[in-house]
Amino acid sequence: MSALWLAVVFWLAAWALNVWLAGSRVSKSGPGRALVPLIFGVTVLVLWEGIVRGLGVEGVILPAPSVIAAKIAVEMPTLWQDFVQTILKGAIPGFLIGAGAAFLTAVAIDRSPFLQRGLLPVGNFVAALPIVGLAPILVMWFGFDWQSKAAVVVVMVFFPMLVNIVAGLQASERMQRDLMATWGASYLQTLVKLRLPAAMPFIFNGLKIASTLALIGAIVAEFFGSPVYGMGFRISTEVGRLGLDMVWATIAVAALAGSAFYGLITLIERGVTFWHPSQRH
Amino acid sequence: MVSQGRPVIEAKGVNLVFQTADGPVQALKDVNLTISQGDFVSFIGPSGCGKTTFLRAIAALEHPTGGTLTVNGMSPDEARRKRAYGYVFQAAGLYPWRTIAGNIRLPLEIMGFSRAEQDERTDRVLELVELKGFGKKFPWQLSGGMQQRASIARALAFDADILLMDEPFGALDEIVRDRLNEELLKLWARTGKTIGFVTHSIPEAVYLSTKIVVMSPRPGRITDVIDSPLPKQRPLDIRDSREFIEIAHRVREGLRAGHHDE
Repeated sequence: MSALWLAVVFWLAAWALNVWLAGSRVSKSGPGRALVPLIFGVTVLVLWEGIVRGLGVEGVILPAPSVIAAKIAVEMPTLWQDFVQTILKGAIPGFLIGAGAAFLTAVAIDRSPFLQRGLLPVGNFVAALPIVGLAPILVMWFGFDWQSKAAVVVVMVFFPMLVNIVAGLQASERMQRDLMATWGASYLQTLVKLRLPAAMPFIFNGLKIASTLALIGAIVAEFFGSPVYGMGFRISTEVGRLGLDMVWATIAVAALAGSAFYGLITLIERGVTFWHPSQRH
Repeated sequence: MVSQGRPVIEAKGVNLVFQTADGPVQALKDVNLTISQGDFVSFIGPSGCGKTTFLRAIAALEHPTGGTLTVNGMSPDEARRKRAYGYVFQAAGLYPWRTIAGNIRLPLEIMGFSRAEQDERTDRVLELVELKGFGKKFPWQLSGGMQQRASIARALAFDADILLMDEPFGALDEIVRDRLNEELLKLWARTGKTIGFVTHSIPEAVYLSTKIVVMSPRPGRITDVIDSPLPKQRPLDIRDSREFIEIAHRVREGLRAGHHDE
């Protein structure tokens, strides 16, 4: 039981420290701002460790963070192979192809009101299809390897990207478009110099939503057939063998990869849309 | 400078009807007007009198449904493609992702000026509107008056002979507006451009113009055209002179007369 009490004492101390930090001048500086969530994260881990040890929780129900960390260290080569298969080969190419296709479709829709009426409902229809129905079909079409996972990701990412880009292309003000007209600008010039920059805040919203969808799609698609590696494969087989520590280790990798992906997009967004009121500091 | 007095904009019997959800709206009815090279023409009238619509029609942003309208002897669309005019809107409409210099360079990029010429022209017009040294700022870092000056610089950068301005100082306070009016007159004297200027301020119209076009609404039409006898050199205190007050009076009468026939 002492582990539990230690954890609770640590929690209260960290809580007090964070309250003090949040109110002090330290939290105004760059590294200081990162300190508060960092302490919070560590506190969660310590509490988790203390509760699992103190109450003797079964490893199948909830392994302690230290056990998961040890598993990650031991199984590093396997986890890396899974990561390459699912994230680098499935999620990221699918994300890029889906976003790129959505972009081209959005421009086509923009040029033709006929397509706007025809393609948006079709896109909406495809987006409404449940992934658990779609994934097995795509696995049949594209095989067990990463190509079918990328295809699932393309389908998942396409519609939210399309909707955001179409909305973004309409975001420029009428006066700004009139200005382009008075200068005799062509469609392409207006697109590149006005409407795409104006669409960027929308496009980045779409990319952020799509980044999490890509991860989910790539992992879940592996439940319906995959080679003997990949994060989705690992989760489904280890659950069957009650190897919950490995499941948690894979989840940890997925969470890290997802956060890194999202963070990267946010960083690029800050650089590209620095002019938008939401980004000005 | 080309021969002073050559007609630049000619409208003969121009009609413009908008189709709206509530049925057709006659925005312009039988508008006849000739604007000559070097004129400073103000369009004044209450909202709905078609002054902005007429300016937009000159710029080919609206298309007349009847009559003929020519700019430099061409249709407004052709004139637009030949980059015959610069247009200044009520709001500055600067692109927030471009610096002030970048905004001024934008029409030059579109028109295919060389990089060296873009820089040279940008510097020149920045100086002309007294924004030298602000080229690297972003629009949202400047005051409203400075933004509007930047938008005028942008319209001047490609050196079109005609400058069309739609209530460019309408959103600014009186003091800033007085200064910009004074600067605009100086700029007009220096460049000899033909200027079309929409306003709803009587003193502004009288102070700036060589020709004042009084318009009235429903349907939008011209009720009076006043050729100003004021000299080209106009200090701000000319507004206290007798001629000035007389012209302002005539404009006010014209506006009131337009109101009576409703």
